[in-house]
Amino acid sequence: MKEKILSVIEKNSKISIKDLAIVLGEPEEEVAKAIYEMESDKTICGYHTIINWDKTNREKVVALIEVRVTPQRGHGFDHIAERIYNFPEVDTVYLMSGAYDFCVMLEGKTLKQVSAFVSEKLSTLESVTSTATHFVLKKYKDHGTIMVSETNKKERQLITP
Amino acid sequence: MRNPLSDKVIDIKPSGIRKFFDLVVEMNDPNVISLGVGEPDFDTPWHIREEGIYSLEKGRTFYTSNAGLKELKEEISAYLERKCHVEYDPANEIMVTVGGSEAIDIAMRAMLNPGEEVIIPQPSYVSYQPCVVLADGVPVIINLQEKNEFKLTAEELEAAITPKTKILVLPFPNNPTGSIMTEEDLKPIAELCVKHDIFVISDEIYSELTYEYPHTSIASLPGMKERTVLINGFSKAYAMTGWRLGYACAPDVILHQMLKIHQFAIMCAPTTSQYAAVEALRNGNDDVAMMRESYNQRRRFLVHTFREMGLDCFEPFGAFYIFPSIKSLGMTSDEFAEELLKKEKVAVVPGTAFGDSGEGFLRISYAYSLEELKEATDRMARFVSWVRKEKNL
Repeated sequence: MKEKILSVIEKNSKISIKDLAIVLGEPEEEVAKAIYEMESDKTICGYHTIINWDKTNREKVVALIEVRVTPQRGHGFDHIAERIYNFPEVDTVYLMSGAYDFCVMLEGKTLKQVSAFVSEKLSTLESVTSTATHFVLKKYKDHGTIMVSETNKKERQLITP
Repeated sequence: MRNPLSDKVIDIKPSGIRKFFDLVVEMNDPNVISLGVGEPDFDTPWHIREEGIYSLEKGRTFYTSNAGLKELKEEISAYLERKCHVEYDPANEIMVTVGGSEAIDIAMRAMLNPGEEVIIPQPSYVSYQPCVVLADGVPVIINLQEKNEFKLTAEELEAAITPKTKILVLPFPNNPTGSIMTEEDLKPIAELCVKHDIFVISDEIYSELTYEYPHTSIASLPGMKERTVLINGFSKAYAMTGWRLGYACAPDVILHQMLKIHQFAIMCAPTTSQYAAVEALRNGNDDVAMMRESYNQRRRFLVHTFREMGLDCFEPFGAFYIFPSIKSLGMTSDEFAEELLKKEKVAVVPGTAFGDSGEGFLRISYAYSLEELKEATDRMARFVSWVRKEKNL
């Protein structure tokens, strides 16, 4: 049941527990209990909102930074990752296979703010050997949601057999 | 000037759906929410659309052979063996049609002689009866019962059989009731067909959309393949209504005559759609599973919500319709649907559009998002309490 719950709320976290129980055909108390358990053990890590900030007046700069590091004996990558992900301006940190080690995504108000973070905070970490910063020009799709589509009005007829 | 028209065509009643469609269109009100649509709300999965685009890029813009692309017929054959456990020879027993609708029409025309009877259980899809009439057959209607969850029973069938009966139309999973026929339900029907030497046109267009129970094709039961025309297509399973693509499978003696009509009237089904359909059958299984799960959730929501309104609603296990009863409100289906549209701006289809036995019922489609269904059912609940108050029920 837990996976069924997750597959529904992954796309619609606004659904009430009552409605969730109805659509899954399960008792409400059990659904509530399962959600509580998954929140407690961090299977469910949070409920966020996908926002297209381009539609607002708020200026935002999003950057993807490739980071190369020298792993530390005894700690591997995890220790360095922690030094990076603890910065609140950092949004996402992944350990990658291939040409670089960490993929770091962050949001800043201005280009300058992002550059400052990279040159003053990130590059100066002892294990970091190099960085490459890429700025996001346009978001087309985020978390499986297409952000650029027009109203997406269905062209179905109102009544069909 | 002399009468330019055929009496046979003039005598055919226009579809009850059409009348209601006009009513909704006349209102031209952006606040109308419709639960009256008989097609999926999903877009065709992208990989299928992409295959259609690719076929156009490659210049595959010519007729295919009359019966359809060889690869597609082979995929259909493999699919039916996998899903329905019935084997059809792609070279002689399968043809690709312009939707399931064409298959229904040409099956009737290929099989009927004037005066031969076709048994049609109702409520059911609107085209069976006119197709029988156009093929000079005589429709014999069975009014299915709510107490049987709108399944066809052996008793009902036996009572309708006469020496002139030639064909039984078997429309399950059913539009508009959502009713299905399980293997156990089909067995006595199949036995009667063998006993009375009747053919079956089995319209299985909703076969991928059954919940809790697997779909069974009557063609897979003993002695039935040789007397069944199995009709299916891509519209409902893969959300491909606009591509207009279906297929018919039948013993070669029947199929070759159907193919003759198809050859003269249609030539071949759309080429682009056929290439896209190959991709659908090869790689579309996960999409179908995703859509089925989504429909199932909405189905549970609607059955629950209508019962909460205090309306009788049997639990349907197929297609994407529920068929609640409004008999307790003392209104006809037409009255209810028209009043509901005027007062709360929700469009539903009166059960009577699918046959007289649909009186007292509404067809509610759940090919809508959960949010839309919630808004529409909130409005309907308000309307139902208003009716109860007005009538002191």
